[in-house]
Amino acid sequence: MDKEILRSLQEAKAQWETLHGGKAPLIMVGNATCGRSAGSQAALETLQKEIEQRGLDCHVMEVGCIGLCYAEPIVSIFKAEKPGVVYDEVTPKKAIRLVEEYLLNDNPLPDDALGTLGEGSIEGIPVLFESQVLKPQVRRALHNCGLIDPTNLDHCFANGGYSGFIKALDMTPEQIIEQVKLSGLRGRGGAGFPTWRKWQFCRDAPSDKKYLICNADEGDPGAFMNRALLEGDPHAVLEGMLVAGYALGAQTGYIYCRAEYPLALERLRGAIAQTEEQGLLGDDILGSGYSFHIKIKEGAGAFVCGEETALIHSIEGERGMPTPRPPFPATSGLWGKPTIINNVESLACVGQILKNGAEWFAEYGSKKSKGTKTIALVGKIQRSGLIEVPLGISLREMVYDIGGGCPDGKKVKAVQTGGPSGGCIPDELLDTAVDYDSLSAAGTIMGSGGVVVMDEDTCMVDFARYFLDFAEKESCGKCVPCRLGTKQLLTILEDITEGNGRPGDIELLEEISEGVKAGSLCGLGQTAPNPVLTTIRYFREEYEAHIHDKECPSKVCKELIHYNIIPELCVGCRACLKVCPGGAITGDVKVVHVIDQDLCTKCGMCYEVCPPKADAVEIIPGIPVMEKA
Amino acid sequence: MTEEINLTIDGIPITTRAGTSVLDAALENAIYIPHLCHHPDLKPVGACRLCGVEIDGGRMTMSCLEPARAGIEVVTESPEIALVRRTAVELLIANHDMDCLACAAATDCELLRLSAHVSVQSERLERLKGLTELKPVDNSNPFFSFDPNKCVLCTICVRTCEEIQGVRALALINRGYETVIGTFGNKPFIESVCESCGECVVRCPVGALAPKRFQKPAREVQTTCTYCGVGCGLYLGVIGDRIVSARGDRERPSNHGQLCVKGRYGFKFINHPGRLTTPLIKRNGEFEEATWEEALDLVAEKFSQHKGDSFAALASAKCTNEENYLIQKLTRAAMGTNTVDHCARL
Ligand SMILES: Cc1cc2nc3c(=O)[nH]c(=O)nc-3n(C[C@H](O)[C@H](O)[C@H](O)COP(=O)(O)O)c2cc1C
Ligand code: SF4
Ligand code: SF4
Ligand code: SF4
Ligand code: SF4
Repeated sequence: MDKEILRSLQEAKAQWETLHGGKAPLIMVGNATCGRSAGSQAALETLQKEIEQRGLDCHVMEVGCIGLCYAEPIVSIFKAEKPGVVYDEVTPKKAIRLVEEYLLNDNPLPDDALGTLGEGSIEGIPVLFESQVLKPQVRRALHNCGLIDPTNLDHCFANGGYSGFIKALDMTPEQIIEQVKLSGLRGRGGAGFPTWRKWQFCRDAPSDKKYLICNADEGDPGAFMNRALLEGDPHAVLEGMLVAGYALGAQTGYIYCRAEYPLALERLRGAIAQTEEQGLLGDDILGSGYSFHIKIKEGAGAFVCGEETALIHSIEGERGMPTPRPPFPATSGLWGKPTIINNVESLACVGQILKNGAEWFAEYGSKKSKGTKTIALVGKIQRSGLIEVPLGISLREMVYDIGGGCPDGKKVKAVQTGGPSGGCIPDELLDTAVDYDSLSAAGTIMGSGGVVVMDEDTCMVDFARYFLDFAEKESCGKCVPCRLGTKQLLTILEDITEGNGRPGDIELLEEISEGVKAGSLCGLGQTAPNPVLTTIRYFREEYEAHIHDKECPSKVCKELIHYNIIPELCVGCRACLKVCPGGAITGDVKVVHVIDQDLCTKCGMCYEVCPPKADAVEIIPGIPVMEKA
Repeated sequence: MTEEINLTIDGIPITTRAGTSVLDAALENAIYIPHLCHHPDLKPVGACRLCGVEIDGGRMTMSCLEPARAGIEVVTESPEIALVRRTAVELLIANHDMDCLACAAATDCELLRLSAHVSVQSERLERLKGLTELKPVDNSNPFFSFDPNKCVLCTICVRTCEEIQGVRALALINRGYETVIGTFGNKPFIESVCESCGECVVRCPVGALAPKRFQKPAREVQTTCTYCGVGCGLYLGVIGDRIVSARGDRERPSNHGQLCVKGRYGFKFINHPGRLTTPLIKRNGEFEEATWEEALDLVAEKFSQHKGDSFAALASAKCTNEENYLIQKLTRAAMGTNTVDHCARL
């Protein structure tokens, strides 16, 4: 092997050890997009200022997302001979306290800490990775995220980065494909197609040129797994691309990343420049004779551009619109050449498989779904964030153990997996395993890993309407069932939520849905009705209540609820009367107030302002009785 | 010679050429498979999802995209195929401005043909949401109009302009339900790079792109376009002795049915009251009507007085190659000069 790279790897290891084992404290600030939106930039600047003003000898390092998004901004402090201490919700004020108390006074503030990281323990602070949120997780794709400086190639080297690729260079492409086959890796972008099989098709396609595309479009609302990985450990993805390019016989790789991910793009550009400089990317890599170049293509943020053929047309400068397959991209893709498109996470897994072996990868998972999966756990959940779990874990463990259930003691009503292409699973079925086959048997899909939790206050019809609104707007418009069918589904759902549902609408929704699923050209249309079909399958009675009883049982749909002042509880404080924009409330000081239902606009202001001690305003499902008659 | 192959469609044995699509093979053999985005001159796109078939018991595929192969058994009806067709056609109809009586396409409309072939349920159509407001019609082009409310987004026009005309004046713009056919920047047709050739108009399966002031002719006359030397074959549509339409002759090797803006739309001069129909000879400063014999005799007489280099001939691009050949022959052999040129070189 190239001597220079060996030297670089050794130097990187030594450097990492001094950083972590040295005298000077090391401070890590989670400064990825999630951290930034919670204010990590302010925490970082405060820490830097304090340290400079006080002349302290400290390393301050920006790291990616560790996945505990609910606790951001997160700061970890490693002092010599001690485990790191992780602090959550670090405001500038708390940052100053950390400097004064822990850095200067050696008081680790156990009450303000989330947990410890690394070897050793500190009294009063639990071990972070033993906590309820992290214990069930297995961090493999994300193993570096939140723990290294993503802009520092040495950090990546010191943690095993590129060792999988260096190993691969001593193997034949066939051996690499065999390893990927043994690992059981299935595509993490949604469909779960066996990665090795796709590669084999492309490998076998005769051509002077081949392309590899990394799909970083991530268009599902609520999904941010790929963003976090690219921001926190871009080299993991580049390593996977290098291995894949070598196995496929590709000379050029593209990363198709949405322009709405500026930080991920910045990290990728930096990482590409570093690897090029290091000789890990470019012509004749490490003297192996293998040449590979990576280009970045920014997408304009269309969901459909995540679909393989649409993505290819977008790179070609055409309208991002799917075309029928066959021909499959593996035989005729970008510029008509054999092309493999892999998801960000799939590629990160590839590097790991080469580094640690196929058996290591397959150690976790269920029979037909091996390995781990990154999941964006969002919605009505206490601990939202980015998690990585072994495939086969139950939804219940994910939602209750890791996520801590719904906030405010509310009950989980359902969980949506697979974003707009997926479906919902009701609370009773939360023991369903998170793997490709079990989820599809339950009527939904694994998708790219977005999981949205809904509590008892969620109206399932309104929920389906939200996703259909997304699908209708994101349809490329090419084929009839998807372009017009999603619009009709949306219109009927809107009618139902607005109290204009008619008998027969449920059957009509089902019928159009089946037609759209069976008839659409690409995956977008083929899956767009899933939110409708699963909500009907599991919550049919909610649809019926909307249509027949003109009631929204979850009290969400404005047209199907009304507000009422309970005479026994009203203290006559006039608070509601003053704010009511429609002038619908009458009453006087110390006299019971009444809402005129004809004037009420259902803005809910009265409900908001009624003092808690009275709590006299109630929301009643259904339209007021007088109107019904 | 291309190889002939045999296959069956709904159990009926048919013969076609290798390389033909299953859809074309069926249509050539008078078996109708519903379709909307298909056009025999264009590459298939599989967008309308109507032409589904099942081959050898496999899953539904689009027959426009399937090459006909020897020995295959094609089935054009199944519960799944019927579901998709009915859904698609009902969706199209619900979203269409059904103004058939005033529509140029009415006697030859693919959407009407479809709805006749697919059993559509009126109760369901009634529940589906129709067009709430009509989009404005683009009347900017002097020869044809574009009515987005009748457009079924088959993209035949887009592909015609790209694949046949090479102009790329049209594209799909916007996304989802808002998707429309438009020019660059969604400007009116007249402000775009459109050459008004009308190739898209003749292929539009419905009345979205329609010739203006269209009138169905009583009879057609096969002829050759007089505008240029290409000599495109065309059929002029006639009512009485008035020309009301022109269409390309698909059998003519010089144009295979294509026409340019002049050949297709520039026929109004024929019936123009100001058009000369007899030669005029100027006598005493006034033009007077004359017979062809008189006129040709006069020209021949004058020509004979100017032989040699005092004579020059300038031929026209409206003449055929043969006519241009004759002009230079006349100039050189009869008039005795080489001074002959052609307007296309100016
Ligand atoms: C509408 C639509 C959107 C998609 N969006 C994405 C995406 O954002 N990221 C992704 O990796 N795959 C997406 N996919 C799946 C890809 O088409 C493709 O299957 C995947 O990138 C293949 O990579 P994998 O085999 O590594 O999963 C999408 C598919 C469809 C139909
Ligand atoms: S299914 Fe929807 S997104 Fe896919 S090609 Fe058809 S219209 Fe476009
Ligand atoms: S295109 Fe014209 S003829 Fe055809 S259905 Fe529409 S209005 Fe009727
Ligand atoms: S008239 Fe001709 S140039 Fe104009 S859009 Fe149609 S095909 Fe293109
Ligand atoms: S204008 Fe006509 S040819 Fe063009 S997309 Fe619409 S229906 Fe098709």
